[in-house]
Amino acid sequence: MINYLWLIPIVPLAGATVNGLAGKRMSKSAVSIIACGAAGISFVISLISFFSLLKLAPEQRHVLQVFFTWIASGDFVAKAEFLLDPLSSVMILVVTGVGFVIHVYSIGYMHAENGYYRFFSYMNLFLFSMLVLVLAGNFLLMFVGWEGVGLCSYLLIGYYFDRKSAGDAGKKAFIVNRIGDVGFILGIFLIFLTFNNLNFGEVFRQIATGSQRFPLEAGVGILTAISLLLFVGATGKSAQIPLYVWLPDAMEGPTPVSALIHAATMVTAGVYMVVRCSPIFSRAPLALDVIVIVGILTALMAATIGLVQTDIKRVLAYSTVSQLGYMFVAAGVGAFSAGIFHLMTHAFFKALLFLGAGSVIHAMSGEQDLMRMGALRKHTPITFWTMFIAALAISGIFPLAGFFSKDEILWSAWTRGHHFIWLVGFITAGMTAFYMFRLIFLAFCGESRRSKEADHHLHESPGSMTGPLVILGILSIVGGFVGLPVWMNFGPNKFFLFLEPSLAMTYRPEVHEATHIEELGFAFASILAAVIGIYIAYRMYIRRPKAANELANRFKYMHQFLFRKYYIDELYDFLFIKPAVRISTGFLWKKWDVGVIDNTVNGTGRMIEESGSLLKHVQNGLIRSYAAWIMLGTIAVLLYISFFRS
Amino acid sequence: MDLTHYLILSMLLFLTGAAGFIIKKNVISMFLCLELMLNAVNLAFVAFSKHLNQVNGQIIVFLVMVVAAVEAAVGLAIMIVLYRNRGTLSVDDADTMKW
Amino acid sequence: METVLFYLFGGIALLAAISVVAQKRVFYSAMSLVVCLCAISAEYLLLNAPFIAAVQVIVYAGAIMVLFLFVIMLLDPFSAAVIRDKKKYLSYLAILLGAFALILLYPVLNSFESAPTPRGMELAGSGSIGQIGQALFSEYLLPFEVTSVLILIAIIGVVVLASRRQS
Repeated sequence: MINYLWLIPIVPLAGATVNGLAGKRMSKSAVSIIACGAAGISFVISLISFFSLLKLAPEQRHVLQVFFTWIASGDFVAKAEFLLDPLSSVMILVVTGVGFVIHVYSIGYMHAENGYYRFFSYMNLFLFSMLVLVLAGNFLLMFVGWEGVGLCSYLLIGYYFDRKSAGDAGKKAFIVNRIGDVGFILGIFLIFLTFNNLNFGEVFRQIATGSQRFPLEAGVGILTAISLLLFVGATGKSAQIPLYVWLPDAMEGPTPVSALIHAATMVTAGVYMVVRCSPIFSRAPLALDVIVIVGILTALMAATIGLVQTDIKRVLAYSTVSQLGYMFVAAGVGAFSAGIFHLMTHAFFKALLFLGAGSVIHAMSGEQDLMRMGALRKHTPITFWTMFIAALAISGIFPLAGFFSKDEILWSAWTRGHHFIWLVGFITAGMTAFYMFRLIFLAFCGESRRSKEADHHLHESPGSMTGPLVILGILSIVGGFVGLPVWMNFGPNKFFLFLEPSLAMTYRPEVHEATHIEELGFAFASILAAVIGIYIAYRMYIRRPKAANELANRFKYMHQFLFRKYYIDELYDFLFIKPAVRISTGFLWKKWDVGVIDNTVNGTGRMIEESGSLLKHVQNGLIRSYAAWIMLGTIAVLLYISFFRS
Repeated sequence: MDLTHYLILSMLLFLTGAAGFIIKKNVISMFLCLELMLNAVNLAFVAFSKHLNQVNGQIIVFLVMVVAAVEAAVGLAIMIVLYRNRGTLSVDDADTMKW
Repeated sequence: METVLFYLFGGIALLAAISVVAQKRVFYSAMSLVVCLCAISAEYLLLNAPFIAAVQVIVYAGAIMVLFLFVIMLLDPFSAAVIRDKKKYLSYLAILLGAFALILLYPVLNSFESAPTPRGMELAGSGSIGQIGQALFSEYLLPFEVTSVLILIAIIGVVVLASRRQS
């Protein structure tokens, strides 16, 4: 089955095509069966491929399948090739698994929406693009998937295209991503220029062994440049400073989209790419430092913004940005496996949180403001309990999934000497617990602040929506067990061991060995941070519900500063958008376009018209005149012969 | 007589025909000028044929004559149709194919 | 003797050609052309091409020109009230162009005599009907057959064109 890798992305593509072309004339159930079936089949094939990969010896877990030569131009050869190794196998399982669950959820969530088939067609197309991205065996094919997911993200954010805010958010996501993509493609160019190859294996082998074209000691500068350019791409796709601004706005899309694309899969593509290119990154210490700093700053900043947001999806969006920051910290300190580990567990619990939020919104008839919810626990028990589990998981409470992965990141930061980074990450972990439980308490506990209208329709979601919640809830609990840390005495971390072949080419400096006791202490510290965060949230939103407002009033400016998201959008607006608009209208449009280009184009047309109206008299319908022209032509030829030939 | 004399005679006849083609306003006259030009070319062919001591030139002349006959037949038929439709043989009146 | 004959018939041909152009009436033009054709056929005889000369007289002067005369008779171009001349200057331009071409062509034509005869071209002798027949039915068989197709096409075309449609 491992030989049928191409089926994994092709099945969703077929689903997208069928639904996109014929979905309008099909019943909703047919559309859902096709879409979910495609995702499900893809998941099953991924599972089979994964187990086939497990059967191979660890050194052989690098299955490269070439389908055809895509571009051949002189030296440059790009093939359509898929690479299945532990890293991509984890990714395809996450993408198709979580994707399938969210597809099922969407049946219930989207049942009343217009353009039902359009939604599912886009979702399947997204799965296809994402799978191409993670399975790609070279940079160029990866870029195809990279752009594909960007396109699907744009289409799905703007799904409610009749709302201006949704259209704007879609455009914002698209444009901000483009900025990152420029960096990514420049990085690819530089890779090709340096290594004369785009295949992952080839490039990494050249770096690891040091080839003739690329001696090991000479290339540090160029590796740093490549790494930084690739990281620019990652900041765009994975919403890091300074390009994170599109992700919170992307919440304009339907909630399943937020869960699938803007929490579980697409936004993690940047992390995946950095880990995939770890042989490059690990040899560029400067770039790694940049990644760590950007990652931790993003984590902290997004967490602080998340503390005060009142829109349920925006809290989760900033939480996502923050968690992505963690993943980059992991990659930046050189703990690439830990980043992927967190990517996986985060996909479970963040998808669950979003789907739970969707369920809440569904129950509240579209209300998203946390301040108008409260005491929903009795009405939506399944949603409450699953979201509660997810909140525990993301906060890092033992033994849920988030604990293992987050602890692993913080521990790696400490052992690799980034003590200050550890401290900031530690504080951020506390904040994470706080804002997650703030969300839980505000939505499900305390007193009802709901409107009469919302009360009227209040109901638990149908089985197609709660089922996925339960599945993801279970995954959020057990997901971390695949990577039990060393100090628990179950032997080496299984997950890291599994990923090992993918990181074979990665340069890894010696890490000082710590005792298990030490590590255990740090694990307790992370739990402590989470517990403190939860306790503060409990004090502020359950015991003394007024405390939050009092605090906000006391630190009015601080609160406002955080609530308005550090005024980053306004800053960007002032720094980039306004000048761009002014230059565009003032010079490019009114002067350059109207004055120069339009006049050139119109002038060309007018010139041809004028000369044509002059020349048309030659064609006057008189045979005699034509004959005279022929004779003139003959004479011209004769003149040429007489004067230039003899 | 050498080749040049024949060629010059041929050229004179040809140019007379060509000029006549432009000067004449009557379709039949123009056709006559056309025949004149063809004959001038034929003369050149035959002159070359003798000069090179070759039979090919005469074969070509033979073929040209066939084409001329065909062309005359078709052309005259067109003339009849033209006259039938327009009631005139003046070429300057048949100028509808223009801008 | 040959020179005299050349100039004699050449002069006749040229004068007849000018007459073709100069005559106001089409009928006289056609008759001038007949004279011209006959003079040219005499030149053919001087050029040692009796077959072509015969064909010239029989087919050209005999058949084609008669066809012309038929059409002239049929259409009666003299009755056509106005022969319009939309571009008067064209006539003068034509003479001018002709004269100019004459000047330009003269040196070109002169250069042929001195040009060496191409190699391998002297094989076949010229003139006799037998040789022409040989060449026509061996080397030039395909063009010869194609001319018959051409004539067939012409016949069909002429019939279609000239037949009055009953509609």
